[in-house]
Amino acid sequence: MTTLHMVNKSPFEKNAMQSALGHALKGDAVLLFEDGVYGALKGTTVASELGRIAGEVKVYVLGPDLTARGLGGDGRIADSVTVVDYNGFVDLVTTHQRTQAWL
Amino acid sequence: MSNIKKFLYLNRKAPYGSIYALESLEVVLIGAAFDQQVSLAFIDDGVFQLAKGQDTKSLGVKNFSPTFRALGDYGVTKLYVEQESLSERGLTAADLMPITYEDENDGFAEKPSINVVSRSELAGIMREQDVILSF
Repeated sequence: MTTLHMVNKSPFEKNAMQSALGHALKGDAVLLFEDGVYGALKGTTVASELGRIAGEVKVYVLGPDLTARGLGGDGRIADSVTVVDYNGFVDLVTTHQRTQAWL
Repeated sequence: MSNIKKFLYLNRKAPYGSIYALESLEVVLIGAAFDQQVSLAFIDDGVFQLAKGQDTKSLGVKNFSPTFRALGDYGVTKLYVEQESLSERGLTAADLMPITYEDENDGFAEKPSINVVSRSELAGIMREQDVILSF
């Protein structure tokens, strides 16, 4: 009975990602999309939040939203984060019992 | 007495997630027609507006980032980027797109428009302005 937590706000402007990560349980997934993709960047002041839940909660980021923002190149994303395309987005929705939007 | 005022456009929002960044650029281009002294500042998530290599084809929205390169032709030659905002986001000046202008007072030499400044320097720049428009 796992949940897909969806985050579309920049973690530098809103605390949606921090709150989603704080409420995600073992086996849940978090998808970063739209301005949420900034939360997947390496070397930021919020990157440590991703490391803290790695192993318990899988974090994904939507590739087209990275590419639009000039962040699609190699090595920009934290190692614990997996890039998905729109088909991967749909797969995540279908493999979890519910989605929860962190607006 | 001069009627020319110093305008600073203060950009604090990431592109594409909201309309602020695009609207700011539109207003800058309109305002540039009025012969005022215009500069732009990018702080907080605003620094993401200048990230190089933006490609919005798969999103179906306009990639407006190349428009920043036209600002020089409108006499807008000062784009201040805050160093602290870059660092907090894991970015350096090398992650920003090159933006230049031709200096008509120096044989039209091509010069960089982007100036990376510290938070305290930017605070000083803000204090020099007549008008600050926030986006």
